[in-house]
Amino acid sequence: MITAGIDMGAQVVKVVVLNDGQVLARSMVSTGFEPLEAAQKALDEAIKNAGISRDDIKSIVATGAGRKAVTFADKALTEVTANAKGTTYLLPSVRTIVDIGAEEARGISCDAEGKVLDFAKNDKCAAGAGAFVESMARALELKVPEMIELSLKSTKEAPINATCAVFAESEVVSLIHAKVEKADIAHAIHDAIASRVSSMVRRIPVEKDVALIGGVANNAAIVDVMKKHLEVDIVVPENPQFVSALGAALSAAS
Amino acid sequence: MTTHVKYKTKPLDCWQWGKELRLEAYQDLVAGYEQGKLMVLGCAASPYGMLAGLGDFVFLAGEPYGASIAADPPFSIPCMEAYEAKGYSRDMCGYMRNFLGSMYLDKYYFTGGPFPKFDFAWSVRHCPAGHPKWHQIVSEYQGIPMNYIDDETMLSADGDPQHRLDYVAGQYLDSIEWMEKVTGRTFDDEKAIEAMRNYFRNEALWGEICLINGAVPAPLDIKSMFALMPISMLRRHEKVATQFLETLRDEMKDRIANQIAAVPTERYRMTMLTPPPWSFLKIFRYLENFGVVFIGTYVYLINSGEVKFLLDEGKAVPATVPEKRPGWPQIKNREDLCRTVARWRAEHPFQSHLDTRKKEYVILFRHWKGDAYLLLLNRGCVPMTTNMYDFQRDLQGHGIPVAMFEGNFADCRDIDETGVLDRLEAFLEGQGIHKLPGL
Repeated sequence: MITAGIDMGAQVVKVVVLNDGQVLARSMVSTGFEPLEAAQKALDEAIKNAGISRDDIKSIVATGAGRKAVTFADKALTEVTANAKGTTYLLPSVRTIVDIGAEEARGISCDAEGKVLDFAKNDKCAAGAGAFVESMARALELKVPEMIELSLKSTKEAPINATCAVFAESEVVSLIHAKVEKADIAHAIHDAIASRVSSMVRRIPVEKDVALIGGVANNAAIVDVMKKHLEVDIVVPENPQFVSALGAALSAAS
Repeated sequence: MTTHVKYKTKPLDCWQWGKELRLEAYQDLVAGYEQGKLMVLGCAASPYGMLAGLGDFVFLAGEPYGASIAADPPFSIPCMEAYEAKGYSRDMCGYMRNFLGSMYLDKYYFTGGPFPKFDFAWSVRHCPAGHPKWHQIVSEYQGIPMNYIDDETMLSADGDPQHRLDYVAGQYLDSIEWMEKVTGRTFDDEKAIEAMRNYFRNEALWGEICLINGAVPAPLDIKSMFALMPISMLRRHEKVATQFLETLRDEMKDRIANQIAAVPTERYRMTMLTPPPWSFLKIFRYLENFGVVFIGTYVYLINSGEVKFLLDEGKAVPATVPEKRPGWPQIKNREDLCRTVARWRAEHPFQSHLDTRKKEYVILFRHWKGDAYLLLLNRGCVPMTTNMYDFQRDLQGHGIPVAMFEGNFADCRDIDETGVLDRLEAFLEGQGIHKLPGL
């Protein structure tokens, strides 16, 4: 059976098309200001990539912050459930999932079947999410990949105490004026995010294996500091930003 | 309607009477002031029936007044802003912020007219975060006298309890003389004793009503309980409240016998520890779409209500009134009244130690046949948020699923409504509870 999962993220819409558990196609478009249109566009793109027609898709499940905007979906599912389904499908040994998206981060504790046992989310704050990374890269006048690369070369600790994206920017500016190396500032930024996310994740039981998913999981510098803060090894599935859409597509199949 | 209906339902027969009694209570807060009755400011948990000894009075309890405003954001937000303009911070008691803002704006919520001038403030300490300080601000702003009972000492486990009882009862006696002095009225002991007997009886009745709601299906949901609670909270000292609460209790028993539910789709039972965000009561209606019914909240079982927790047996049972408790004296005079009130307050579950309270939460959850607790990290109330993560861990340790969200019971600006609903939906999905198709 062919199904589709649509993850309506705050910044990007991701679509996964599945055929009996095998990924046929993925697509990703900017969410913009017209989420329904963006969802339709992302689905059309995925259908084209899969070489199928719209009628071939038997069920569509939407997830993500804007899931209720996808009026053509058959069902809506929260990101927490979709994350757990998608992650345990790809990595069955995972019991703790850390998802860092553009504007939200969450920690999820689940069992072997992908059933959610507990979860924690950040509240009304961008300081522990992907948008913060982008904002800080702008403050450093770097592109995000450049900032990641520099961060991994850091040799010194630089303090950023702020748990607020706005104040952190002001601290970054102060560090620039203090002639601190950009590599160390970049590392400090990633460290601050990891510190904030880890303290939230610790509200739930952190059991091995631990997976990091969401768009920010593509950031090697974050993965590095998250390991230190959570004091565990962290696995990152392939295409971590599509895990939630995958979970939705799997749910559509069941 | 959908095929998900499991139980029959119907409105409460006593609903209209309840609404009328509630309206009378609110009207008294308006008319009493305009009619020149004694206006007294205090805390909702105070034994305000004692004030009947001074004759006709209107007791404006600060917390329900703050909560009433909170439920009406267009009125509440200007109050909050007026309060903040005076230089106070946003992290103080949310009820107080609405109350003081209303006072600074000189707008009385129940009339839209000027804020009432109190004759005096009289209360018990009640809240460790400072309700007496709140009322001190009012006292200084309006230039009114204020008298507070320091009964914190009753909570101490050290020393001779008899001495502590003497100390607190002595304060009640002194405060009666003080009230006579500041009002120029003579305190009628008989009237005060009668009103406090009603008060004790009505607290026990409300507690019993809350416990009865443990039946499956629940005969009342939390929204109805909140709607009827003003009778037990604001009219605790009146005979008519007893008549109503007895009628309500009997009707609930009848509903239980006939399997009449508050929520006909009931399939998942949730309970709370604290008040809800009053501007966000639609949360309960929304979750009915998932078949969720809220049975009650601990805080209103023991605040405007009273039950007895039998910790060793793991049971919660209706409270008996003080005069029927073994070893408690009959109330024959002012001294008996003051000692009874002091002892009753000290032994009330409202004063439970945190470790005892944890046990009570579990007992109540089992009694209510709950499926999950919903906890609020309340930015508007420090005492009701302190230890919340500890409570969460303890409840989870007892195998009780817990959902938690952040908000404010009195400041609508502190609630991310979409985020909260999303969080609760995710929690329910984890419990295998999905939105009922067609709802």
